[in-house]
Formats: sequence, C-alpha cells, structure tokens
Amino acid sequence: MHKLKAFLSDDKNQNRLIPFLSIILGFLVGAIIMVISGYNPLAAYSKLLQGAGLYGNLRRFGETLVLMTPLTLTGLAVAFGMRTGLFNIGASGQMLMGGFAAIAVGLLVDLPKVIHLPLAVLVAVAAGALWGMLPGILKSKFNIHEVVSTIMMNWIAVWTVYYFVPTYMMGKYNTESAAIPDTASLRFEWLTNLFNGSSINFGLLLALASALLIWWVLEKTTFGYELKAVGFNRDAAKYAGIKVNRNVVLSMMISGALAGLAGATFYIGYTDNIKIGELPSLGFDGIAVALLGLNTPLGVVLSALLFGIMNAGKGFMQAATGVPNELVQIIIAVIIFFAAATQLIKRWLRYFARNEKKEKANGGEA
Amino acid sequence: MWNLVMSIIPLSLAYTAPLLIIALGGLYSERSGVVNIGLEGMMGIGAFAAALFTVSMQGTLGGATIWLALVVATLAGVALSFFHAFASVSLNADQVISGTAVNMFSAALTVYLARWITGSANVQIKRFFIKTDVPFLSKIPIIGPLLFGNAYITTYLVLAIIVLSWFLLYRTRFGLRLRACGENPHSADSMGINVKNMRYTGVLISGALAGLGGGIVIMTYAKEFSQLTYNGLGFLALAALIFGKWKPWGILGSSLFFGTAMTVANMSIIVPALKNVPNIFLNTFPYVITLVALVLFSSSSAGPKASGEPYDVSKR
Repeated sequence: MHKLKAFLSDDKNQNRLIPFLSIILGFLVGAIIMVISGYNPLAAYSKLLQGAGLYGNLRRFGETLVLMTPLTLTGLAVAFGMRTGLFNIGASGQMLMGGFAAIAVGLLVDLPKVIHLPLAVLVAVAAGALWGMLPGILKSKFNIHEVVSTIMMNWIAVWTVYYFVPTYMMGKYNTESAAIPDTASLRFEWLTNLFNGSSINFGLLLALASALLIWWVLEKTTFGYELKAVGFNRDAAKYAGIKVNRNVVLSMMISGALAGLAGATFYIGYTDNIKIGELPSLGFDGIAVALLGLNTPLGVVLSALLFGIMNAGKGFMQAATGVPNELVQIIIAVIIFFAAATQLIKRWLRYFARNEKKEKANGGEA
Repeated sequence: MWNLVMSIIPLSLAYTAPLLIIALGGLYSERSGVVNIGLEGMMGIGAFAAALFTVSMQGTLGGATIWLALVVATLAGVALSFFHAFASVSLNADQVISGTAVNMFSAALTVYLARWITGSANVQIKRFFIKTDVPFLSKIPIIGPLLFGNAYITTYLVLAIIVLSWFLLYRTRFGLRLRACGENPHSADSMGINVKNMRYTGVLISGALAGLGGGIVIMTYAKEFSQLTYNGLGFLALAALIFGKWKPWGILGSSLFFGTAMTVANMSIIVPALKNVPNIFLNTFPYVITLVALVLFSSSSAGPKASGEPYDVSKR
C-alpha cells in the first residue's frame, strides 16, 4: 500500500495513469447511462466485444482493423500537430478532402491497378496536405489561430464535396457518389480471403508504416527535433535559428497529409463511395486517439485499436441488445472530457494517496 | 425582382434569428475569456430538448407548449454548458478539447435518447410557431411587409435579447467586469472581481442562448429533430462571432449577412436567376469570408485578449 501511495503521488506516473483511468471512467459513465435507460451494461459490453471479433470471429476482427486504420491516421495527424504545438481540429475536413480526391481519381480516371491505386492514394495525401497548408500559412503569416481556420476549412470541405459529388460523380442517389472501380480500391482479394471476406484492406499497412515513419521523424531526425522545439517554445526556437514560420507550415502539411491518407483508407478502402453533407466523425475521434496515446505513435496505434474495437462492435451490440449504437460515441466523448480535465483525475489521485498517508499515521500512533 | 426580394428577406430573417442568438451566446463566453467550440453541441441539446418536450406535452399543455419548449431548450443548454465551464474554469482544462467533447457528447446523447424514447433518430413535432404578420407594423409601405410580414415572433424575441445584451455588456458594471475577465483577468482579479465566477456566468449564459437558438430552429422552420436539422449551425455561429468582431452589433450584421447567404443558397434551385450559380459559392461563402476577415483583422487583433487562456493566479 505504501508503494502504491508513493507511485500515485508521482506526477509522471499520474500522467501515465490518466489515459487508463479516462477509459475506465468513460465505460463507467456509459454503463450508468445504460442502467438509467433500462439496459444491461454487462451484456451490452460483452456483445460489443463479440461484435468486434474479440471472441475469435476472424471476419469481425478484420472489420475492427478496417476501422482502426483511419483512426490511427487521424490520431497521428492530431498527435503530430500537438507535438509541434498546433491543434489540428481540422483532421475531419482534411480527411474528407483526401477521401474526395481519392474517389475523384478512382471515378474519373481509367488506368491499370498498379498505377491507378497508388495515384489515388498520392492524390489523397496531397489534397489533405493542401487543406492543412492554408491554415499553416495563415498561422505563420498572419498569426491566425489554427483552431479557428481549420474549423472554417472543415465546412468549406463539406460544401465542396456537396457540390462536386452530385455534379460530376453521381451514383445511385444524388446524395452519394458512384462506387469506385476495383482498380482504385485498396482492397485485395487475397487479403479479403485471409480474413474470411471482411473489408480489410491495404490501408492498415499504410497506417502502421506511417506510425513508424512519424516516430522516426519525431525522435531520430533533426527536422523532427526542430518541429518539437517550435512546439515547446516558439520564441526560443526562433532565437536558436530555427525557421519557425516554415516549420509551422510544414507541420500543418504533414498533419493534413496524414488525415488525407486516412480519407483514402476510409473511402477507397472501406465505403467505396462518398456521401455528401457530412463531416467524418473519425477526424474528431482522432483527437481522442491522440490524447489517450499521449501523442506518441505507439500510443496512437494502441488507442486506435481500442476505438476500432468500439466502432466495429457497436452495430452488433445494437442488433443484439437494442442499445442504440450512439452509446459508443458518448463513451468516446466522456473519455475525451476526462483526458482533457487532467486536473480532476490528479486531484482524485492525490486525495487517495493522502488518505492512505493519514490512515497510516493514525494507525502508527495508536 | 421585387417578388424575389419579398420572398428572400422574410425567410432570411427566419434563418438569421437562431444564428444570431447562438453567436451572441458565443460572445458572452469569449468575452469572459472562455473559448466556446461547444456551441454546436449546446444548440443540439436545446433543439432535442425542445422537440422532446413538445412531443410529450403538445396534447396536454396546448398553446403554451411552444413557449415552454423554448424555456426547456434554454435550460438544457445551461445544463450542458456547466460541464464546459467546470472543465475550463475550475479544472484549467484545454478549452478547445473540452468544447469538442461537449459537441461529441451532445450529438451522440441526443440521438441515443431519441432512439431510446421514440425508436427512431428523428423526433417530429405537431405544435410549432407559425409565421404571422405583425399587426400595424406590417402595414407600413415597403418596410412593413419586408421586416414585419410573414415572420416568426421569435425573431423579435432574439432582437430584443441582442439589444438587452448590448446594454448589459456595455452600459452596466456587470458587463464591464465580464469583459475585463476576458481581456486581462489578472488586473480584474486585483480589482476584487471574482474571475472564476464571472467566467462561469459567461459560459452558462452562452449555453442558455445556444440552447434557446436550438429550440428556435426546431420550433420555427425545422419542425423535427434530427442530426441534419442543425448540421454545422453552431460552427456557422462561431464564424459569425468572429466576422462580427466579437461585438453585439457586429454579429447582428454578420448573422444577417450569413443568414441571407444561407437562404439564397437554399433557394437557388427554385429561383431562375440563381439557377446557374453553383451552390458551392453561396454555401462556402460565410467560411471563406470569415477567413478573409481574419486576415484583414490580423494586425488589429479584434478578439478578447485572454480568451482561451485558463486563469492561473500564479502567472502574472
């Protein structure tokens, strides 16, 4: 008990514990909401995990990995921004533009798969980077806060897709695009067969490779060191001779590129078409992924897996127990709230540690 | 042409009213020093609460239902904004992250409850505000039918609130104190103002007004609750707040501007003169113009100086 108390009073340990406690609190609040609305939380959570394939269904687990893929990338996008001192709340819009560009290449160009697919992915990355570049320029040249400008860019993206999709790429309904041909799809038959027909795709490898690349850039290169220095202290970085403005723009572009790639994996790897009038919530979920992963690439991959499980299992949970699938989004919101309100959890931990101390002292006297 | 103006202006006013009141909510919060990205969520919970209240009470309460629904919407907004205030003021949390959590929580909780209570993600209401001509005033030539004909009474409620807010913020001691907390909380504190209380007040008022805005959306032109009825209106209000330079009359102008743009965009399909204008220009217009405005304002920083910074007593 003494060791636990000492462990809990250390600030660094507290910071490491916060993600885990936030997750527990998130599921706890979810359970309370279910009890109030008359559902059995244990049954629902069990079905959630079953739906995500954790009880051995390979096809369902494949779907979990499919949803983990864009979450890893949007999480990386937000985390990379945070490490370099930028809050990229526009991952949703960058992801949407990336996906839109990939779908456009998929539908409007006719090429063999070896060229078509890489082209679609590259264009998606470029579109995301471009959508991130403008807020970067506005920040470096005019000191406009990236939160405000990326929010505006999100909605510009929504209305851009809203116009171009029905006009040039209409599918069965005018609210969605046509389905992309197989030559532009990130899915491969052998991969699908490996997971018993799930929609798992090549995007997962791209996401994991990106995580590795970002880790390498941030930890092993001078460029990454400079970016982090700008994030820690802009003025000090400037004084040390780092080109702050250029680095802000590059950071936003890299962050946007990651979100654009997320769009490619989601729209040409999973849905096969794009719907108009909505921002993908996966971009905002990326904030949660980054927060829980403490903005490190490995942490991002792990928390993306958790959110992948929750997103993949929610449909099954709703069908099996009647609990509305929005429960998962509620839990994610609560997790973000607690992960942001670090002071609250720290206060509780300190209180807990202090009480232990008092009891000990009282016991010693008696 | 006259007919076109006659049909656009009253509709624009209907669209402007909720936008304006939500942006005004943002004003209270940001002037007190707390960034409020959560406007969208606070509006959403207000919209849902109004719809739910109307559905369950429209049979028993009769004509009073629609007014009580607006009260319920306001209270729902206050309740949700409390979490944002608690995180940003008492816990010094990142205000943007807290606001994002509020948005996600509201979007998910409302649909969860809608599914649980009514079985579908939509809630349709049978009682709502009906467009009327304001007696006498609508008889004035030219201005009468434009500003007072075929209008929702809530629009005038909103205008009354904005006049009241201007008075409160710029002509009373409370307003000066609230604004001081958003400009320089340390000197406000040194003058004996309780910064935390002021910021709580600012955020809770913003929740109330955003909730009311959501209620107005449902009780006037939307007439049903679903995620798509208000998709992005809270963010548009944020744009109106910035474009209006964080000032009551400024946001009145910017909301009217954006409300008209929204109306024209929605009507462009049926109006022959606008048929060939791609809707992308009208729809993205508010956001693009806000970015342009930000560039133009950038040298004269228009926003509250301490907005977004947690108040830390030990930092001077």
